[in-house]
Amino acid sequence: MTRLAHHPISEPLQEASAQEASAPSAGFPDIERIRRDFPILGQRVHGKRLVYLDNGATSQKPWAVIRAITRYYEQDNANIHRGVHTLSVRATEAHDAARRTVQSFLHAADAREMVFVRGATEAINLVAQSYGRAHVAAGDDVLITAMEHHSNIVPWQMLCEEKQARLRVAPINDRGELLMEEFERLIGPRTRIIAVTHVSNALGTVNPLRRIIHLAHQQNVPVLVDGAQAAPHLPVDVQALDCDFYVFSGHKVYGPTGIGALYGKAALLDSMPPYQGGGDMIRSVTFEKTTYNELPFKFEAGTPDIAGAVGLGAALEYVSELGMDYVAAHGQDLLTYATEAVGAIPGVRLIGTASQRAGVLSFVSDHVHPHDLGTILDREGVAIRTGHHCAQPVMDRFGIPATARASFAVYNTREDIDALVEGIAKAHEVFG
Amino acid sequence: MTELDELYQEVILEHSKAPRNYRRPEATNRSAEGYNPLCGDRFTVFLDVEGDAIRDIGFQGSGCAISRASASMMTQSVKGKSKEEAARLFEEFHRLVTGGAKTPEERTILGKLAAFAGVSKFPVRVKCATLAWHTMQSALEGKQDVVSTE
Repeated sequence: MTRLAHHPISEPLQEASAQEASAPSAGFPDIERIRRDFPILGQRVHGKRLVYLDNGATSQKPWAVIRAITRYYEQDNANIHRGVHTLSVRATEAHDAARRTVQSFLHAADAREMVFVRGATEAINLVAQSYGRAHVAAGDDVLITAMEHHSNIVPWQMLCEEKQARLRVAPINDRGELLMEEFERLIGPRTRIIAVTHVSNALGTVNPLRRIIHLAHQQNVPVLVDGAQAAPHLPVDVQALDCDFYVFSGHKVYGPTGIGALYGKAALLDSMPPYQGGGDMIRSVTFEKTTYNELPFKFEAGTPDIAGAVGLGAALEYVSELGMDYVAAHGQDLLTYATEAVGAIPGVRLIGTASQRAGVLSFVSDHVHPHDLGTILDREGVAIRTGHHCAQPVMDRFGIPATARASFAVYNTREDIDALVEGIAKAHEVFG
Repeated sequence: MTELDELYQEVILEHSKAPRNYRRPEATNRSAEGYNPLCGDRFTVFLDVEGDAIRDIGFQGSGCAISRASASMMTQSVKGKSKEEAARLFEEFHRLVTGGAKTPEERTILGKLAAFAGVSKFPVRVKCATLAWHTMQSALEGKQDVVSTE
């Protein structure tokens, strides 16, 4: 069985806080210019200015992404890695370039460590099915937290069921913060992998990843980080974090749907069996023996979503040009403003009040059910998410069936939050 | 009247705030649970059925205003009716909230339930309006599974 080498931690263990990110310099980037980059924002919904606050579900796409995909299909489309003709070479180069962009976005050491997948969900399934099935046996533990999205619960449940292993769940407090002492206590000699979200999609909690990873590595346990909600809001440096796997979805970071990435340390990925069989993931095939391709192609069976990768590359270049420090600071400004404004409305209770949060404001009202609020806000042009946010255990933890969730992006403004607050007031009038 | 006002009619708001028959009748002999996983609405409908007659009906659970008001007004509408009449009412109610039953004549049978006509302009809310009805139907048929709107 492959066990991890001990990972020395050289960095100090303080968390990189989004709040510490430098404030945007005056006048740059211009928010109106950013808004013009997103054509969908120009429309009216039910006669009102569209206020899109459902970015935690999926973000809108800038021209840069839309045009990159169109240009790819208009000029470069061909299959990759197999043709000697010009278009195939161009498509292959575009695909490779996108991979290097993702690598640079996550600050990974090597492009071979970036596996293209359909999204965070598929990435977690890949690790559970490949690494998990090879390393988890009967009586072993898989450790997650009580704030995980269903996609970081169910793949591990499936694995544990198959292997007769135990799924352990580290609890959270009433503010939505991981109880670190409990978490540490749950890491034991049978713990084979820890899967934890970077930012909670239902609560906005930013987890203390460095501490989590440090504790796990002290016991030689690898850590998978679900970065689906973090990648749009925080600078991510997988080397500084020293996480073993990091996953995210492109469509939440202004890219197209159907494409995302799995980062895994090369040594780990190398040691893992393939996830799916097919074309592109093999070096040679006879009916007796198949030799698998090198990283990352070993994990990319079949013709990939080439246009999706190109679109994702364009999206990550777009946010990188804005600067992730700016993106984080802007998001933090909106979250602080929204927390005060929405939290001040009589009858409204915020769900998730961790000291470190990003991107998401979840709340319930004494006067109006989230579903009714969602309908009334929609008529005001305000799009929010209502429901359990694919995190039913989180709802159970707080004893509520659902919340209303506003989630932010680079193109949102304080004016958008004012519209949200006015919409809530209007809903309270209806149900007053 | 705006579409929103049509959806949240006064009678609907009133029932959602003070639902009728929000109880488990003592003589309950049938019940079923309904669940809308999309929004977390969850209701149990309790029935006291004798022969073909719905002698008593109540419900408990949590949900949005539309689902709560619909459950409340449903209990008032079917209490004392035969199973067949209740099924017929559900059929007409379903037609109403999905955009049928447009004329007053077609709505006669529905009585106060006609207030739910506004739901037809909000297709995603049809499941809210019909959750309790599906649940009642399931209880009448003696099904054991949780009714899901998905």
